[in-house]
Amino acid sequence: MSIQNASQVLKRRRQRQFAWGIAKHIIVLIIGFIMIYPLIWMLMSSLKPSDIIFHDPGLIPRELYFQNYITGWRGIGGRWTFTNFFWNSFFYAGTATIGAVLSSSMIAYSFSRGQYRGRKALFAIMIGTLLLPGQVLMVPTYLWFHWLGWVGTYIPLILPAFFGAAFFIFLITNFMNAIPKELDEAAKIDGCSFYGIYVRIIMPLSVPALITAALFSFIWRWDDFLGPLLYIQGSTERFPVSLALRVFADATTITDWGAFFAMSTLSLLPAVLIFIFFQRYLVEGISTSGLKG
Amino acid sequence: MRAIYHFLRRDNVAAIIFVLPFVIGLVAFLLVPMAMSFYYSLTRFNILRPPEFIGLDNYRRMLQDVRLRDSMQATFYFVFVSVPLRLAFALGIAMLLFKSTKMMGIYRAMYYLPSLLGGSVAVAILWRRMFFVTGTFNSILDVFGLNRNFPWLGDVRTAIWTLILLAVWQFGSAMLIFLAGLKQIPDSYYEAASIDGAGKSRQFFRITLPLITPTIFFNLIMQTIGGFLTFNSAFIITEGGPLGSTNFFALYMFNHTFAWSNAGYAAALAWFMLLLLAILASILFITKRFWVYEGGFS
Repeated sequence: MSIQNASQVLKRRRQRQFAWGIAKHIIVLIIGFIMIYPLIWMLMSSLKPSDIIFHDPGLIPRELYFQNYITGWRGIGGRWTFTNFFWNSFFYAGTATIGAVLSSSMIAYSFSRGQYRGRKALFAIMIGTLLLPGQVLMVPTYLWFHWLGWVGTYIPLILPAFFGAAFFIFLITNFMNAIPKELDEAAKIDGCSFYGIYVRIIMPLSVPALITAALFSFIWRWDDFLGPLLYIQGSTERFPVSLALRVFADATTITDWGAFFAMSTLSLLPAVLIFIFFQRYLVEGISTSGLKG
Repeated sequence: MRAIYHFLRRDNVAAIIFVLPFVIGLVAFLLVPMAMSFYYSLTRFNILRPPEFIGLDNYRRMLQDVRLRDSMQATFYFVFVSVPLRLAFALGIAMLLFKSTKMMGIYRAMYYLPSLLGGSVAVAILWRRMFFVTGTFNSILDVFGLNRNFPWLGDVRTAIWTLILLAVWQFGSAMLIFLAGLKQIPDSYYEAASIDGAGKSRQFFRITLPLITPTIFFNLIMQTIGGFLTFNSAFIITEGGPLGSTNFFALYMFNHTFAWSNAGYAAALAWFMLLLLAILASILFITKRFWVYEGGFS
């Protein structure tokens, strides 16, 4: 009797747990749908003619209207198309990312394996710069580059990346610290120098951390707005997508929202693709070192 | 030649060569600009003509700057509302998602994508359009019969809330950090607690919450600093208005520098902000030992 009772209690508990499990999934899905709704709305609107976007109550377009992508691509003032802007963004994000990952990995290697006075102090300073708000330096840095005659070019945006980025140095140093020191020692006995160990052992083994850093660097640079606003504003032909979108929206506010949403959707595509194909690296980077996505 | 080669091959020399980019970058893009910025804060300076030394006048001016007071008020309001809300959502959803493995891919896409894409210009302009009088938000309200065609961006009371909503919407990355923190709490703690008869809510307040405090602390520091620097959304969506109700500190500083040619005053503002953030961070660090769990997990 008591065994039967106990099994009934267990059964009821399992049923309750199952019901709660289903309810939980439904709650999570509903909130999730509200979360993602603005993005889906933008995607759907990019496929509707501009004159019905704000009058059509349904989310799904009745027929796919790709014309927005064609008119949108023509860009600003008929002279600069989105071919220009996307190329500029790829160039900016690409070169800055190569610079940041390469230099940060070298610096991280030095922090992880180097033996010299002041190493710990430098590392502490590096951590400190993580918390330092960049805006404090906005004016003098701007004048610095103005004086060098680089305003209007991408040099002020790309060059500093080649001197390491604190977040990535931090991430990669942590990763390298976890690589066993025995590997270095074995290589050293075989005649490898400090440089050789970096190229042949540490670099290949820290590829996952380098990929994480590269992905975040690319996404941040792609989205960067304040930097280009300061340094590139004067020359439309050099606009990255972020700047172009804002000017495009101001120029076409009343008329062509469909084209604007089409170009917006395309501008978000690189980050979405990175998320789809490299999710693991992004999640890893955020959860191990608190990189903000 | 040989001597140079051997010198460069020495391990500690090589290590210093590898760290040199950091040191050069630190001097060229941090220390020198900081020193210059401090000097500019003591000058009247419009970028075009050479700076003119005026001592502490810029700092004195801040005391009487009414617009600065309003800007501080807007910034604090924004930070103190959006950061706790964002963390609450992040932790709440992390608790719901925790242990659901099968659907994790879809959930992560739904909750993390806004955070990944939310800082972009595309989303900022989308947001602006959504809260127009004729925007999507009002038409959704219309479906529920609530439409008053309210100008969300044009009203002093609501404009800042559109920006808060945008900030809270991006809780995804904080949520992922919480998920990683939750995974570290050993299952045995919960098992022991449930044997002792502790219910779910008791387990949350007695085990989860105390043990997750280091993660909360980390998120709190990073998000607070990030919140004070909010620029893009205020610049693009509300342009600081209406009536300066979203004229956040970073935007105010930007305008002084580039729109109103008061680079000297802007430099003083930058140092004021640095001091403020340092004070806030120290307060957080001082209170840390009263509420942040610092033991390990056995």
